[in-house]
Amino acid sequence: MEKLRYERPVIKKLEAGMPNKFGLRTEYTPMTHIDGVAVKDLVKDYGSPLYVISETTIRSTINKAKKAFTTRYPKVQFAWSYKTNYLNAVCNVFHQEGSWAEVVSGFEYEKALRNGVDGKKIIFNGPDKSEADLRKAIENESLIHIDHLDELYTILEITETIDKRPKVAIRVNMDTGTYPVWDRFGFNYENGQAWDALNKIMRSGKLELVGLHCHIGTFMLAASAYAIAAGKLADLAIGIEQKYNHCIKYIDMGGGFASKNTLKGSYLPGSDTNPTFDDFAEAITTALINSNFKNNELPTLILETGRALIDEAGYLIGSVIANKRTSLGKRTTIIDVGVNLLFTAFWYEHKMTPAQPFTHYTETSQVFGPLCMNIDVIRENIDLPLLNKGDQVVISTIGAYNMTQWMQFITLRPNIVMIDTEEKVHLVRENEKLESITDLEKMPEHLKKFDL
Amino acid sequence: MKINKNIAISDTGFVFNPLNGESYSINPIGIEIINMMKEDKSFEDITHTMLTKYTVEDATFEKDYFDFIGILKHHNLIDTNEQA
Amino acid sequence: MSKRKVTIAVSGLNAIDSPGPGVAVIRALREAKSFDVKIIGLSYESLEPGIYMHNIIDKTYHIPYPTAGTDSLLSRMEYIHSIEKIDVIIPNFDAELYSFMKLEDTFKAMGIHMFLPTLKQFEERHKVNLPEFGKKYDIKVPFSRNIFSTQEIFTLTDDFEFPMVIKGKYYDASIAYNFEQAKSYFNKISAKWGLPIVVQQFVHGTEYNITGLGDGNGNTIAAVPMRKQYITDKGKAWGGISIEDKKMIDLTHKFVSQTKWRGGFELELMKGQDNEFYLLEINPRIPAWIYLAVGVGQNIPESLVNLALGEKVEPYTSYDVGKMFIRYAWDMIVDIEEFQQISTIGEL
Repeated sequence: MEKLRYERPVIKKLEAGMPNKFGLRTEYTPMTHIDGVAVKDLVKDYGSPLYVISETTIRSTINKAKKAFTTRYPKVQFAWSYKTNYLNAVCNVFHQEGSWAEVVSGFEYEKALRNGVDGKKIIFNGPDKSEADLRKAIENESLIHIDHLDELYTILEITETIDKRPKVAIRVNMDTGTYPVWDRFGFNYENGQAWDALNKIMRSGKLELVGLHCHIGTFMLAASAYAIAAGKLADLAIGIEQKYNHCIKYIDMGGGFASKNTLKGSYLPGSDTNPTFDDFAEAITTALINSNFKNNELPTLILETGRALIDEAGYLIGSVIANKRTSLGKRTTIIDVGVNLLFTAFWYEHKMTPAQPFTHYTETSQVFGPLCMNIDVIRENIDLPLLNKGDQVVISTIGAYNMTQWMQFITLRPNIVMIDTEEKVHLVRENEKLESITDLEKMPEHLKKFDL
Repeated sequence: MKINKNIAISDTGFVFNPLNGESYSINPIGIEIINMMKEDKSFEDITHTMLTKYTVEDATFEKDYFDFIGILKHHNLIDTNEQA
Repeated sequence: MSKRKVTIAVSGLNAIDSPGPGVAVIRALREAKSFDVKIIGLSYESLEPGIYMHNIIDKTYHIPYPTAGTDSLLSRMEYIHSIEKIDVIIPNFDAELYSFMKLEDTFKAMGIHMFLPTLKQFEERHKVNLPEFGKKYDIKVPFSRNIFSTQEIFTLTDDFEFPMVIKGKYYDASIAYNFEQAKSYFNKISAKWGLPIVVQQFVHGTEYNITGLGDGNGNTIAAVPMRKQYITDKGKAWGGISIEDKKMIDLTHKFVSQTKWRGGFELELMKGQDNEFYLLEINPRIPAWIYLAVGVGQNIPESLVNLALGEKVEPYTSYDVGKMFIRYAWDMIVDIEEFQQISTIGEL
């Protein structure tokens, strides 16, 4: 006789005000497969924890986003935000889909070049560009988005020794009615800094002003803020045209679109409430089309969306290490995924789904990671089915930032696989070995020996 | 260890303790264990039955069993007097 | 001639001291002249009194909390619909409205009708957006700001004076007389309902309420104003009286025609010392005291069901002034078997 699946015995006190369990079954349909590949097999072949990236989801998401914008506006260009996820395999899926590269450091710039991106299609953002970085970007005719006046002066100095006309834009920050106002990057619109910087660029005669850039915030839940930002950039562009008879080529609206994650403290799930690509596209394109650009002079619209394009394509598989109780009797579950791998657990209530069948009985649990650190909390309060030691859970919507902001802390980083559109699994980053870390270390001669 | 006599358990896993007015909900494996306890089965008997029926290791079941008993005690569903 | 029978699912069965409107809505539907009803209750918790009122509710089902997402709600409603063949749903909780609105088209394809505000109307009237709403439709509203951290409270005194009202995004409001209270209410309310917290200038005056129904084309189908006579410590009306106030009725017509409001609503108004009405809040649903409207001649739930079913509905033009409602508590005797059934299988 085949044995039945075991579930630990539970008893729960029925209290007034306690949520009922009915209807939760959809949320807790087990996630046994990702893109047709069994979670069990993935863990068997590549270990646990394991990052899984769905190529199919990346492609369908970028196409959804492209469609939302191109059906509303004549000239649209996406640029892949490297910092969101700069695994080469991920970048190249976006490059195959026509995205340029958007980088914020010399390291990322180099990565984009090595991936084969034409220097003319690299947007160089951020406050930290060294003189060498800038020189290289000018040589390659990349699009340099100036963050501060010191950078502008450095570029002007470089033009003394180089026979190229740098292609530049400025980053503009502004009040779009949202909280908090991001005013640490770029030049402020309201107090005239931005207009001032644009005049300096135009008067210098040494730079080609190709565009205007803004990036109004992160995880924006109001599409309307983008309409305000697009309107303000359009005003600056038209001001330049009137004063210098110079048309800029593009307006870069940056990124910041919210993904389908649920922020801590929000009542309804993000998958229901967060704006869609259509909402963002409608706000931005309407503002640009309604601005005073002459119809044949509409600038190209560049989008540097990162999070919303990759979050849903990423999964993190973990395994249950132990079930415990706190001193007050609360259930806690320890899994092998910690905040070292899931940085975003600090601000999202990540959806966790068991990878094997279970009943509708649940326990309210705290989920901890494996680190010997008090901050290692994955979920503070989640109604989870009764997981056994060794069971797998799939954490969804983790593709953004976790594979770049992760920490090599206490333990090594695991494998990353990508499932292609034909359900084939590819290892795209190997797990770290002890040597991956220690090979970089140098031991001073006098510390090599000790007696204990 | 005995389940308190007055306690009624329905097939759906609803438990009512008439002594203090509390109600509880138990999952099917929990009901099975309580029913065996009511029949005065020993821990060894219960373990044997469960290990034969379900895919569970000895150590896991033992841990879960005593965790469960601990919660039953906490809710005063086990008659501790009889033990003495 | 026998009347047609309509199956209507109603939520908000928590007829407690801070009551949901469900039981009052059901009483109104039971008295409808244009149809007979089968009533399906939708509940969240096992102790909602309506669940046990078998004389007015035919059967009740638990449904998932809005936090579980629309997929969960849809799958539960599909199950309920497969048994009950629901014609109309009347959701009565603020916090659940968004989920039901998102599913309106899906439900319609299943043959289930609703008559809810549009998402745009719902967002626009939100507490958080009230200042812009007032500006856009030229309706007086008290000064208010949305804040995201307790730090911001200290910056507010440039624009505000104490007392100020600290409000949650969906529910809860407390009057704070100093920073310490404001901070403590901020923490309490944000823990429950999330951010932002709305801080509203406290308007001194007398509170009035008006409930009504808009047909979605700008016509006011019903409007009944009420003055609260007895208020519980939770700020809920325990007794009220229908009044005649042309200014309030005019304001309601203006609200409905300007916004083309679709569905039931309640306006919370404060008559300030300057004799002007300030709009404090727009509730995008039927209020708990709706039975007063039925009692004075305007059966709003009945008209709402007819609108949902696509019937032509004539506007009510009059109501009895000077009729009172006095709420009372009622102890039901319930066997534990019933509690067991709703708690374990989620149906009763």
